[in-house]
Amino acid sequence: MGLHEQLEELKKKSLHEISRTDGLKGLDAIRVNVLGKKGPLTEILRGMRDIPKTERPKVGELSNRVRDNITAAIEEKRAELEKAVIAKKLENEKIDVTLPGKPVLQGQPHVIQQIIDNIEDLFLGMGYQVVQGPEVETDKYNFEMLNLPKDHPARDMQDTFYITDEILMRSQTSPVQARTMEKHDFSKGPLKMISPGVVYRRDTDDATHSHQFHQVEGLVIDKHITMGDLKGTLETLAKELFGDRFEVRLRPSYFPFTEPSVEADVTCFNCMGKGCSVCKQTGWIEVLGAGMVHPNVLRMAGVDPEVYGGYAFGLGPDRFAMLRYGVDDIRNFYQNDVRFLSQFSKKG
Amino acid sequence: MKVSYNWLKEYFDLDVDPKVLAEKIERTAVEVDEVTRAADGLKKIIVGYTLDVQPHPDSDHLNICQVDVGEDEPIQIVCGAPNVAKGQYVIVAMHGARIKDNVKIKRSKMRGQQSNGMICALQEIGFEEKVVPKDYVNGIYVFPEDSHVKPGEPVYEYLGMDDNVIDTSVTPNRGDLFSMDGNAYEIGAIYNKKPVIHHRKLETIDETTDIKDLLDIKIDAPDDVQAYQMGIVKNVKIMPSPFWLQVRLMTAGIRPINNVVDVTNYVMLKYGQPLHAFDYDKLNTKEIRVGYSAQGTKFVTLDGEKRELRSQDLMIKDGDKNIAMAGVMGGLATEITDETKTIVIESAIFDSIKIRKTARHHVLHSEASMRFERGINPATVTDALNEALQLTAQFGEGKAVKNHLSPVDPNPQSVEVTLDLTRINHVLGTALNVDEVTNVLHRLQFNVQVSDEVFKVTVPARRWDIHIPADILEEIARIYGYDNLPSTLPTGPTTIGRLTTSQQAIRGIRELLQGSGLNQAMSYGLTTVQKAKMFMMQESEETKLDFPMSQDHAVLRMNLISGLLDDVAYNVARKVANVALYEQGRVFYRTAGVDRPSEVEHLAGAITGSMISKSWYGKEVPVDFYQLKGIVSLLLHDMNFEKSVSYVANQDRPEMHPGRTADIYLGDQVIGFIGQVHPQLEKEFKIPETYVFELNLQAILDAPKKIQHYEPISKYPAITRDVALVIDKEVSNTEIEATLREKSNHHLEQIQLFDVYSGKHIPENKKSVAYTLTYRDKHNTLTEDEVNKEFEQAIAALKAAFEIEIR
Ligand SMILES: [Zn+2]
Repeated sequence: MGLHEQLEELKKKSLHEISRTDGLKGLDAIRVNVLGKKGPLTEILRGMRDIPKTERPKVGELSNRVRDNITAAIEEKRAELEKAVIAKKLENEKIDVTLPGKPVLQGQPHVIQQIIDNIEDLFLGMGYQVVQGPEVETDKYNFEMLNLPKDHPARDMQDTFYITDEILMRSQTSPVQARTMEKHDFSKGPLKMISPGVVYRRDTDDATHSHQFHQVEGLVIDKHITMGDLKGTLETLAKELFGDRFEVRLRPSYFPFTEPSVEADVTCFNCMGKGCSVCKQTGWIEVLGAGMVHPNVLRMAGVDPEVYGGYAFGLGPDRFAMLRYGVDDIRNFYQNDVRFLSQFSKKG
Repeated sequence: MKVSYNWLKEYFDLDVDPKVLAEKIERTAVEVDEVTRAADGLKKIIVGYTLDVQPHPDSDHLNICQVDVGEDEPIQIVCGAPNVAKGQYVIVAMHGARIKDNVKIKRSKMRGQQSNGMICALQEIGFEEKVVPKDYVNGIYVFPEDSHVKPGEPVYEYLGMDDNVIDTSVTPNRGDLFSMDGNAYEIGAIYNKKPVIHHRKLETIDETTDIKDLLDIKIDAPDDVQAYQMGIVKNVKIMPSPFWLQVRLMTAGIRPINNVVDVTNYVMLKYGQPLHAFDYDKLNTKEIRVGYSAQGTKFVTLDGEKRELRSQDLMIKDGDKNIAMAGVMGGLATEITDETKTIVIESAIFDSIKIRKTARHHVLHSEASMRFERGINPATVTDALNEALQLTAQFGEGKAVKNHLSPVDPNPQSVEVTLDLTRINHVLGTALNVDEVTNVLHRLQFNVQVSDEVFKVTVPARRWDIHIPADILEEIARIYGYDNLPSTLPTGPTTIGRLTTSQQAIRGIRELLQGSGLNQAMSYGLTTVQKAKMFMMQESEETKLDFPMSQDHAVLRMNLISGLLDDVAYNVARKVANVALYEQGRVFYRTAGVDRPSEVEHLAGAITGSMISKSWYGKEVPVDFYQLKGIVSLLLHDMNFEKSVSYVANQDRPEMHPGRTADIYLGDQVIGFIGQVHPQLEKEFKIPETYVFELNLQAILDAPKKIQHYEPISKYPAITRDVALVIDKEVSNTEIEATLREKSNHHLEQIQLFDVYSGKHIPENKKSVAYTLTYRDKHNTLTEDEVNKEFEQAIAALKAAFEIEIR
């Protein structure tokens, strides 16, 4: 048998073996056996010196081709076998994707905090600052500076916890406004602020009363502030907190620190204005009090009411939360039942 | 005030649906609580006349009545009322009728006798007991003769039950709306109608007697009396007042009593002027004095209550003897009785603050005090008195004596307010013209003079709430309509809205704690004395309320943890075992001798149960010290303090577990603590093992922070060495780490504790700990030799400092 035939025979035999092999190890053995230094191909090539010089290139070419073919076949087979191995491995790694994920514990902001943050963000966007003040106030800032001199009948509207004759638990967050107004340098521009915080009233706790609750009050003082601006601001606030479908209506009211004073109603959440028991068939729910700052309040804070004017408004996040989420007992907010607290998803 | 629609119609033609009117009032003037029509829901209730009344043969209290109900034949009704008698006009609920609460009346047999309906008490058809005349409270109602009722006709119109009553909630500034006259002016303004105000004149006068010969008045408290007048009616017969008047009072929620008292109440409703009637013959001295009570004097008011007076209580006296609490309630001793013949009627204005204080102190809020507190129209003090005298004379068939006593004349003053059109439009944001504004003011019946767009408004005395231009602006705005105002947002210089650094930091801290699994709690700032002073972080006096509503909320808190423990207890009691809460809020510290406490922002947390629950891949892990410490450390690390944070064991916090508590230091300042609540206190709160922390948030916010800058990431490799050693249990991790660091240079990048063990195979009082030390040179590759040398030095330092065994 000439070299030529030997090579063809080797190729045929090797390809056959490769195709039959079913493992990577076997394939490696074939590679070493056939292509290795001691393998038949090397052996065959050693016989090169016995053939005429003129034949050698031809045989050389053939032997290279045989080698290439065998190598290619091995690689092809290897890829095939490896794929099968991976497939097998993946098959073994299969899991039940319907098992629950590992929980990530996540606490929630208090629902009242969420409402306060919401209001803060809205007003920050409109150029207001957020100002906090003391919870233990003086009679002067809680009442007198707000046009509620001692013995004013409207003091009865907010029965107050006193510590001494002059010191009390603030019954509203408006003293923060009085304090801020007093300090504000109007030559540097208008005052636009909101003051969120805890307030206290002399009330017995029950489903609708709490001796502690929250307020957010707003104040804008500048040279050209109109009641239309107040109306527009309250509408913006209502739509932000409740949604675009909500309307606002103003009704006359009375607060000593504003004149004119109004109360603002929004469309009833429960019936969307059709009338129901929640809104006493009116279709409206009272949500906040507001008005144009009383000239006496401005004067007492050292602001000239002939030049400056503005509006103030106040609302109760507790009441908002009760209305918005249908919470029927205000005490829920201060008992901190985890099952209650975790109901109010921040993003939903 | 309960405003009768029928009464309003006497002031002008009013042709609006009462509900629409109520809505208008609410949008323009004051809130409306409800609009009611008593007849609503009632059916087949008619007038009956008892032709015959015979005792029921088989009952000791029932009567068999033959009642004319306007039909051809009388019907038989069995009636149990004690006051039923022959010849009465009564209220009959017929077969098929609906009475109060939608109760249906049916034909029935009562002890064998046919009963074809029911004779009703006023309460049974919906009247409140407090308005039912005393004679009919415990029986059926009997129509008086002057009611002119006809058997068979529905009762509703007779009893005013077809009237619509608009119940308004009058704000403190609108005392004028506590009168029908005031409501008429207001509604007239809303609908642009001029009310016809009719004040009865005093005409029935006995010219032979002058009041001056009968009575004298002395005002001892002139500062608190703005008007004081009296008139007298003689030879009065006390009897029920006319039926129409009784109906009017009942509709307004007032019980008819007799012709004199009813007149004073009627006049009060009409004018808003409270009046008081005294029995002249019961006055001993015939000298009325208005002044203060002696402290501690006892006085029996009309309601039969004995009250202890204070020296601030303004009183009406007969000589020295108290006979009425001015403006609040009369006394029993001078009450009008059936025997009364001569009536003294008082019409006055007392100081509103004085009246308010007395009414509040004695918890005696009467129709009169309610009005005095909000103010009285000085222009009608005399008119009201005259009408009351006239009606008393008329209904009591007597005569008024000549003249009034008027030691303090009412002084009605109209107020002049000037404002200009520019100002109006500037404040309201409107574009009203002169005519529009003038029109509104005319509707209110205010006098206006206009020149050059300046309005000179004369406000009558009946609107004593109006003094300044802002008050007129409100009148214009509400009558013009708030709906008609434009909706705009403030223009003018731009302001920057942003949170302060502290506000931002607090928001960030809240996010971090929530991200760590803690829910935000909000507890009460007022607590018990005991809880207020638990978990104290500094010396402080308590701040107590003067008159707390309950001892549970009597003192300002000086810590947040006790509130959180209340919350934990609340949850645990409701079978919520896993609780992780935090709270951010104020605590209140007070220095002795200073009334007002300082307020410090604090932050606290409490965890109990487990934060890692049982699942298909793992066991439940109960909370422990290190779980909470992990959260607190992360929080404090995130604050990027200039100074370093350390935890130092503290056995002395009384409310904390002595072996499981650490003070938290920032540099050398204690900023808080962390640990387990003392098991004894856990027991008191009825809570299981609970871990807590409390931080002085204010100190954290105020502490200097590092300036942040970029740290290049070293491209040179790190080399690590592990060491495991057995050491005395008492040696803290902090001490070991400090010693390891002591002799090392800056190449020692990190010490990582990866194992702590004690128990089997470790001697008692010892523990096994293991650390990985990471070395790196930021600018060079470290050699093994260098690392070995440094590592050995560190171990040597450890050996020198403690008794250890390297494993
Ligand atoms: Zn509704």
